[in-house]
Amino acid sequence: MTVVTLNAPQFVDTKPLLTARNVCKSYGDVRALRDVSAVVYPGEVLGIVGESGSGKSTFLRCLNLEEVPDAGSYSLDLPDVQGNLFDLDRYARRMLCATQIGIVYQNPHLGLLMNHSSSGNVAERLLVAGERSFDVLRDKARDALDASEFPLERMDAPPSELSGGMQQRVQLAKAIALEPALLLLDEPTTGLDVSVQALVLDTLKRLQQERQITMVIVSHDLGVIQTLSDRVMVMRHGQVVEQGLVDQVFQDPQHSYTQQLVHAKL
Amino acid sequence: MSLKSLTKTWEPMSYGFLDASAKREIRRKMLKAIAVPGCQIPYASREVPMARGWGTGGLQVSCTLINPGMQVKVIDQGADDSVNAASIRKFLARVSGAPTTMNTLEADLIQSRHRIPEEKLREDQILVLQVPNPEPLRPVQPNMSIARQMHADADYGRMWLQLYEQIVRSGRVMQGASYPSLVNGRFVMTPSPIPRWDVPKMDMAAHLTILSAGREKRLHAVPPYTRVEPLVFDDVPYRVEEHAALTCSRSGARGFFMNEIPQGDGTSTYEVSDSELGVKTIRCRDGEAAQVGETWYKSGEMV
Repeated sequence: MTVVTLNAPQFVDTKPLLTARNVCKSYGDVRALRDVSAVVYPGEVLGIVGESGSGKSTFLRCLNLEEVPDAGSYSLDLPDVQGNLFDLDRYARRMLCATQIGIVYQNPHLGLLMNHSSSGNVAERLLVAGERSFDVLRDKARDALDASEFPLERMDAPPSELSGGMQQRVQLAKAIALEPALLLLDEPTTGLDVSVQALVLDTLKRLQQERQITMVIVSHDLGVIQTLSDRVMVMRHGQVVEQGLVDQVFQDPQHSYTQQLVHAKL
Repeated sequence: MSLKSLTKTWEPMSYGFLDASAKREIRRKMLKAIAVPGCQIPYASREVPMARGWGTGGLQVSCTLINPGMQVKVIDQGADDSVNAASIRKFLARVSGAPTTMNTLEADLIQSRHRIPEEKLREDQILVLQVPNPEPLRPVQPNMSIARQMHADADYGRMWLQLYEQIVRSGRVMQGASYPSLVNGRFVMTPSPIPRWDVPKMDMAAHLTILSAGREKRLHAVPPYTRVEPLVFDDVPYRVEEHAALTCSRSGARGFFMNEIPQGDGTSTYEVSDSELGVKTIRCRDGEAAQVGETWYKSGEMV
């Protein structure tokens, strides 16, 4: 007879990869972010939903160090990354963004050089990080484009000649080329038609499973959040009104705004 | 003390054409440029009796540096006798009284467009290059404010991106002239439209090079004994033009940068681009007294 010993439940002892505390940002009289805090654990996907103007994209831009908030702290639990990242100087910020943070924008014009080739766009990331061998650049660009399921026979075509879905794949390839610790997605599938949206989501899902990338995804589309994320944060008027596991929040919304949101979807 | 005793007496023309304050300003900017090798320093570009784009930047620097004891040489595309070179030389001689020369070895001040002489320059010589576009980042970043930030951050990834795409498209680096080069390990500069052949001459050269763009109102400098490295990939070596095996049809000089002269029957002959080197080689061949100095390239190889 075998004795099955049951262990008592234990606390998760992994440290969060991303910790942002009390981030505030105003544009003149408009308070875009009021004391927004977020924690993301390694390998986890955090979804942020909210209506237009709720501050979700501003928060993501702060996480990508593109915007400096008025107050708050932000840290990443990575070797040789210390302290409040909002205090970094331009140079350190650029190096950190290039090597540790990948971002996919809703508008490909923000993330891509439209007149350079697609492989060149991916290679640029590696060049900023200091890679100076042509063969390595070519191979790594090909690998990254392949991983984001981009048709390789078009890898030297400029993004301006590509379809919206393919442009998003180039952005994704660029973002994952250096295997960043954190991947930020700002409405990655908005503006794509439903079938292409599904394909891009499939790619993201597969990448997440294969590489265990930590992601923060911003969307107003609850379907996208439901497919991809583990945890969700609902934002309104620059504040977090509710957060929790995706199933919990979407099945049993507590805040009236979340209830409206879920209701509107169904 | 009266005000009159402090002011200079009226003269119809100031020495070296530019007025004293203009020369002082350019001198200060030149010192700044030498202090920060490869960094573009803005300056107030003055009017000179020549159209913008014809070498006004170089001319202003020459007018500032010149003194009656200097021998001046002016080159245009390697030739001393082209119209542009001849008129600039005449102008410089007229406003400064400085003697002119065509001999690279005798010259103290050399103003040049598109070429660096084939004979090695010495520590006591100054090379002034005319630059049409001093901004190497312009092809990749048309916004000059952002380009300046990129210089400040040493953010030169896109320069390599340009080379990457040339190799992808054409199988080799297509940049023929103005090859972007890293100065002293810090600033990327465009070395004016000199051919790839001439860029290695700047690396650890004994002479001072000042590159000045009159229309763009900026100048930069390569001080003596400063590293100048053309941007390359680790696995794609820098290549100069394949002129090593060509022979000059007039002087018989071999292993220098050549001008191609197309012939009626579809073939071409070649003529050494540094015209004074060709003249000296012919003089030597004819037994006249002419001294060809040490050259950067020896039998077509950079030493």
